[in-house]
Amino acid sequence: MLNEKFIRVLYIDLETEKIRIEQREDLLKYLGGVGVASKLLLENIKSDCKPMDAEQPIVFAIGAGTYVFPVLTKTVAMFVSPLTGELGESYAGARMGMTMLMAGYDALVITGKAKKHSYLSISTNNVTVKDARAIWGLNVSEVGQYIREKERHAGHADGKRSIVYIGPSGENGVSFACATVDTYRHFGRMGLGVCMGSKNLKAISIYGNRSIPILNHKKYIKLYQELYKKCTATEYMAKYHDAGTPENIMPLNKSGGLPTRNMRSGSFEEAGRICGESFAQKNLVRKMSCTGCPVGCIHIGMYRREFDKGHEYEAISVSYDYELIFALGTFLGVANTDAIISLIHEVEELGLDAMSTGVCLGWATEALEKGYITEAETLVKLRFGKAEEYRKAIEYLATGTNSFYQALGKGSRHASSIYGGEDFAMHVAGNEMAGYHTGYGSLIGAAVGARHSHLDNGGYSFDQSMEEFDEDKLVDMIFAEECERCMTNSLIMCLFARKIYDRQTILDALDSIGFELTNEELTEIGRRVYKTKLQIKKALGFQQKGVKLPKRFFETPSMNGMLDEAVAKSMIRKYAAKSDLLLAENSDES
Amino acid sequence: MPKILRSKEMKKCLGCFTCMLVCASFNQKNHSLIKSAIRVRTTGGMSSNFVAIVCLGCSKPACMEVCPSNALVLRDGGGVLLKADKCIGCRQCEEACIVNAVNFDEETQTPIICHHCGICTRYCPHDCLQLIDV
Repeated sequence: MLNEKFIRVLYIDLETEKIRIEQREDLLKYLGGVGVASKLLLENIKSDCKPMDAEQPIVFAIGAGTYVFPVLTKTVAMFVSPLTGELGESYAGARMGMTMLMAGYDALVITGKAKKHSYLSISTNNVTVKDARAIWGLNVSEVGQYIREKERHAGHADGKRSIVYIGPSGENGVSFACATVDTYRHFGRMGLGVCMGSKNLKAISIYGNRSIPILNHKKYIKLYQELYKKCTATEYMAKYHDAGTPENIMPLNKSGGLPTRNMRSGSFEEAGRICGESFAQKNLVRKMSCTGCPVGCIHIGMYRREFDKGHEYEAISVSYDYELIFALGTFLGVANTDAIISLIHEVEELGLDAMSTGVCLGWATEALEKGYITEAETLVKLRFGKAEEYRKAIEYLATGTNSFYQALGKGSRHASSIYGGEDFAMHVAGNEMAGYHTGYGSLIGAAVGARHSHLDNGGYSFDQSMEEFDEDKLVDMIFAEECERCMTNSLIMCLFARKIYDRQTILDALDSIGFELTNEELTEIGRRVYKTKLQIKKALGFQQKGVKLPKRFFETPSMNGMLDEAVAKSMIRKYAAKSDLLLAENSDES
Repeated sequence: MPKILRSKEMKKCLGCFTCMLVCASFNQKNHSLIKSAIRVRTTGGMSSNFVAIVCLGCSKPACMEVCPSNALVLRDGGGVLLKADKCIGCRQCEEACIVNAVNFDEETQTPIICHHCGICTRYCPHDCLQLIDV
């Protein structure tokens, strides 16, 4: 807790509606964020129970520097992922981190299942489980609207409330249902939404209005000024504000690393129509920020939908990013910005993870084409490039219309294990792939990464920067970066700011708010946190060596040419050996 | 020349709340947004527009007129300055301000009064706020 020598944890049991607060000094060695959340997850998981068992915990945590420094904006959620069956970890921005800080909690541990459909209201002075029966079943935007009205906290200045909420997908058992935060940000991946749904929890509202004095004003203000300047007046963050992450489309396409049409190809001949520049020219209407970030990377795109004859229009607006354009655009062969926005809108309203949705539908399209499934299963004729059919399929997926869509809602690994076509079901260890087929870095990075995400260790980035492929060196780089991000995600820094927060900057920033740490201690924290994550994965039965990669990864040339399965296996083995060594270290009891 | 704060370009607002953060940090030595004299909020969810609630720098301030203890004094250029030692925490200024720009600090039991220092304008990444000559 900022200004204190402990981590303040709020435990909530939804079944008994009782809470407990612990002020834990022992958690300080995990710094905050993902470090604290990992330790709390490890302490509270029931490794013999299923992911959606009422006893399984959902953990949220803010970082050591959340909100008080620019771009330290994220909150982490950890849980047992219903999609992969093991460690679940997801990040969201918006206002949540700031409100948790202002409410006075570093971490929340939510267990049990509410007796009826409910939402949680957390404020500085109160925690209550409230009736949500009337809003069960509603779409995401409707839920937001009602909770906002209900949780007004009249009489206080606005802007200090945050709401996390789920759509129908989370209620209907879709393994990759997301949880939306404040309209435009998400705990997107790995199924936090369905974990909430399984606890009868439709939403969490957090309101905070504590006073938090600045203890070392001179030091803090100096650091803040420098960091603000770095974020706004230098080139470090410019691309995220300008066209945003969709800027990646063209370079990835050119180099052949842009997964297209269920990754039959690494480039999309119509990429120019859906690149960052096209979205900016045709659809971009506004940019927004998470609280405490002056960058403004959230790009809001709008399109005019004709809903009836006689010039009847409505305005549809969503936040768009590279990964969504990949998953619902190139991966499905959709080459129109308006159509992609309409698909994002559908996914948003129903509360799905856009990436898993697109990748699952890519598999379904090819499985239909190849005869593994028929239209009796898919209900619509899924074909690459046909957005309207995909829009319907997304609805079937969210509602579990038939047994096929129920299976698809458990992920592409599960669906392909039933219907066949496993070679082209594009997941890595159960988590649908990200939009990078750049080489061994992206593939092995996701295979061994704690949450099987491209962001665990940035392997895709090494593929783009490494001049000559060196297997051992790449394994070492991925491992080191995984540990490093365990540390930066304890702050919790938005990954876009990784060039701004170098080690010295992190040490100075932490020092100005009362954390006296050395560079070596930061390294140690990273390793300690990663070790904790590995312990969680082990407890849940996961083995890095056991990851089976779909053949398509070795059949479609990557940005760095064709990948060899034997090399991939060898890299995973080497990485697993390093992980085992870390796990066996007894220098520090986790 | 005296200056006052304006918020003419709020359509460009990113909602980053840096203005509030620096107002509270620089003026009140506090991390909390509740300590800010400028308040940015939505008009109904994140998809709506942001508005800034700021002191308009009246030349005949209603807040000053209702103050029973002369804790608010006219500022050169418009608006008021707070003499905290004279404030009795009656909250009449809060009520009198037609644009709700007087934010009452429950902790200190005094109003948080904008003194048009312009720190918020210097830290607004999209130039939504301005300090203008009067």
